[in-house]
Amino acid sequence: MDNLPRLKDIKPFVSTRNACKLCSPLGASVALKGIEGCVPVIHGSQGCATYIRRYMISHYKEPVDIASSNFSEETTIFGGAENLKQALGNVIDQYKPQAIGVSTTCLSETIGEDVPNMLKQISSMTEGHEWPELFTVSTPSYQGTHMDGFHATVYEIVKHFAQDGELYKVINLFPGFVSPADLRVLKQILSDFELDYIMIPDFSDSLDNGAWDKYYRVPDGGTPIDRLRLCGQAVSSIELGLFNKVTAGGKNNSGINSAGEWLEKNKEVPCHQCVLPIGVSATDVFFTHLEFLSANVTPPKYEKQRARLLDSYADGHKYVFGKKAIVYGEEDLVLGLCSFLDEIGVEVILAGSGANSGELSEKLKEYCPENGEGIKTMCDADFEQINEQAHLLKPDFIIGNSKGYYIARDLKIPIIRVGFPIHDRLGGQRIKHLSYEGTQELFDRVVNAMIEHKQENSPIGYKYI
Amino acid sequence: MDRLIKERSEQIHKVGTSAHELACEKKSQAGSVSQRACVFCGSRVVLYPIADALHLIHGPIGCAAYTWDIRGAMSSGPQLHRLSFSTDLREKDVVFGGEPKLHQALSELIEAYKPKAAFVYSTCIVGVIGDDVEAICRKVSQEHNIDVLPVMAEGFKGTKKDGYKAACAALSKLVGTDDQYKAPDFSINILGDFNLAGELWMLKEYYEKIGVNIITCLTGDGRIHEIRRAHKASLNMVQCSGSMMHLAKEMEEKYNIPFKKVSYFGIEDMSEALYDVASFFKNEQMLDKARALVSDEIKELIPALEPYKAKLNGKKAAIYVGGAFKAISLVKALRLLGMQTALVGSQTGNKDDYMLLKKLCDEGTVIVDDSNPNELSEFVKSQGVDLFIGGVKERPIAYKLGIGFCDHNHERKEALAGYEGMLNFAKEVYASVTSPVWKFFKPTITP
Repeated sequence: MDNLPRLKDIKPFVSTRNACKLCSPLGASVALKGIEGCVPVIHGSQGCATYIRRYMISHYKEPVDIASSNFSEETTIFGGAENLKQALGNVIDQYKPQAIGVSTTCLSETIGEDVPNMLKQISSMTEGHEWPELFTVSTPSYQGTHMDGFHATVYEIVKHFAQDGELYKVINLFPGFVSPADLRVLKQILSDFELDYIMIPDFSDSLDNGAWDKYYRVPDGGTPIDRLRLCGQAVSSIELGLFNKVTAGGKNNSGINSAGEWLEKNKEVPCHQCVLPIGVSATDVFFTHLEFLSANVTPPKYEKQRARLLDSYADGHKYVFGKKAIVYGEEDLVLGLCSFLDEIGVEVILAGSGANSGELSEKLKEYCPENGEGIKTMCDADFEQINEQAHLLKPDFIIGNSKGYYIARDLKIPIIRVGFPIHDRLGGQRIKHLSYEGTQELFDRVVNAMIEHKQENSPIGYKYI
Repeated sequence: MDRLIKERSEQIHKVGTSAHELACEKKSQAGSVSQRACVFCGSRVVLYPIADALHLIHGPIGCAAYTWDIRGAMSSGPQLHRLSFSTDLREKDVVFGGEPKLHQALSELIEAYKPKAAFVYSTCIVGVIGDDVEAICRKVSQEHNIDVLPVMAEGFKGTKKDGYKAACAALSKLVGTDDQYKAPDFSINILGDFNLAGELWMLKEYYEKIGVNIITCLTGDGRIHEIRRAHKASLNMVQCSGSMMHLAKEMEEKYNIPFKKVSYFGIEDMSEALYDVASFFKNEQMLDKARALVSDEIKELIPALEPYKAKLNGKKAAIYVGGAFKAISLVKALRLLGMQTALVGSQTGNKDDYMLLKKLCDEGTVIVDDSNPNELSEFVKSQGVDLFIGGVKERPIAYKLGIGFCDHNHERKEALAGYEGMLNFAKEVYASVTSPVWKFFKPTITP
């Protein structure tokens, strides 16, 4: 059996070889699972919904039902209004959803489907019927990555549900595309700060449910719709992540950048943006925001978590100092991870992302004061480009989703699996990345990966570190 | 049974009770959350195992990303099929046309990876924006002196089955292009095995033992030069009949090669697949060897299965797989373990398949075509099953209901074909059904 082919000459390709990104309707589907009672519908061919379901199920290990309007040749010629109507009817009959979010595809966008108008017409045809909340998001997969789909969906959710009204003592938290376990960590923190919050989206349960006593067609969990309606009256918003500009659909390039900024402009809800809280520095910033917003000091529990994390930094710093890492994935995750690795003395030698905001390189320099200048940034990158670079740069480990495993295997170095997807291990949905707690887990995993690698390659092995 | 799609009621049949015949080969209902994928998927899964070819997906990134290294189809040599290549069309390409990018992508990849042939899959929007994929393929083919085969797989142009047809159309352009090859006596092809977890290698060994030569397998451990010689075989053994039937029929017409439908799952079907070939060649010596092989294998296998059978006897199973022919073998294989099939269905079965299933299954068995999670979870409950056999999308249904699950899709890592595979199958079913973890789950199944 041969090895996987890998080119020795590094040169640019117009084609993408082993994509380091996914398409935007996937991001939309993840975000829609974060609304209580919401069933995602993808307006396009059956395959889009099925592939995305399969991809998400393999990571979350949960039922993920996504309906399709199931385009045929006739639909493509005459338009998809009838199919969408039938799809909505069948979804409503089967699932009794509270909301249906319709995301488009390359196909429906290319033939110029006006889905907002279709939804209006469909719901006006049967007046008197109880309709679930219907809204749509433009997610042509020829634009951006799954993250554009995710953020565009969050943006549309906010735009759809936000109402005018009296100030309500609640904050909006936009967590970004993090794991269900991260969402639970964030919720706990906000509760401990005695902050009432609306998390958009919240798939902490819907994509990581427990064992069931019966089959739930729409899994429990998600932000309740009556809570979503309050987001325009909130005191403040916090957005985690800096790369949440809404560009999918090409319709929102007019100065409004993200859901939080939309609320700030249109509903006068001030928006605080911070980098994903991975590592001590970034988490400190996040907690400062929370102290400010809650007018409470950080609860002792978190002071202790922080102290324990610092204590472990002392215990483990030597094992990671000067180690060379390659980081890849979504821009926000890459930035968060790099800032964490930077503060523990790891040298990130390459940061790769399939996305291309044009700002990653600059932000990395800003958030990685130790070694940021030395990071080679690759945007619009694919795994083969990363693979070829990795064989040149000889990192000590790589960190990112499970799709990079083949690179680590070939280089015989550890891979630290984080983010999405984790298709070759159990528990991807339970990996914590955020706050002192998530950082603690990451730090232990990174240090132990280095120790294990050394131990396994040592001629004698040893019993103490 | 409430809250299921009424229009689908003809695609659900209860053996012994339903008055209607099972309807099948229909387009999926919009909004039904069908477990099927699309035309592209059908062609991609069939051609994927051809290991020394370049597989370039022409479209936006999703189609390529979701099918990267997707099958457990093993290659004994090159691994080029395990890389995912896409033209990754962007808005600019959609507006101005994707032909220049396709031309450039194909040329650069052929130069860099030196494949033996290239397959170019057209996806949904390629048809809509009007790229002439066939013309680009011809052009690159001339420029690089290599076969570049368009696979017309726009997702919306039918169902997964139409994708099988598109794949067969591409393969048929290769078959017959090496006429110099002299095939040894008793040469056959295997159509529709994908060498998941090395299953083909087991089959090859069985056939070699009885003196049969395999020219090529379509497409498990597939090589372009072998596919070119496929027309030199005396017989085609067609497994997974849905995917390869078109090619088998074409080869029968064009090259006068008869075919036999076979299945390599379970003792009965596996043994028949060996006897069939021996009787086809009307060769007594071969038949004797087949008998000896089967008897040797069974002598070992039957006692090995006993402990599992003892624990599994009387348990009920649900089966939901891609092709119905596999479902038929699974019903038989389960019976060998003393298990009864209470629910069985497939994404793409045809009338003949379902008639066979109806005959084979006990009264009360529910048969479904093109089902969805809501129906499957309802029937799993109402039929009171202990095991679900399916793929990734069915797995969480089983686990959420607190019942065992056996992976029988194209991602599986355990070989389940042949005699050895039957033992693996029994082990896997046993491990899942009798695991102590289920005791913590509240009983959800109404017996």
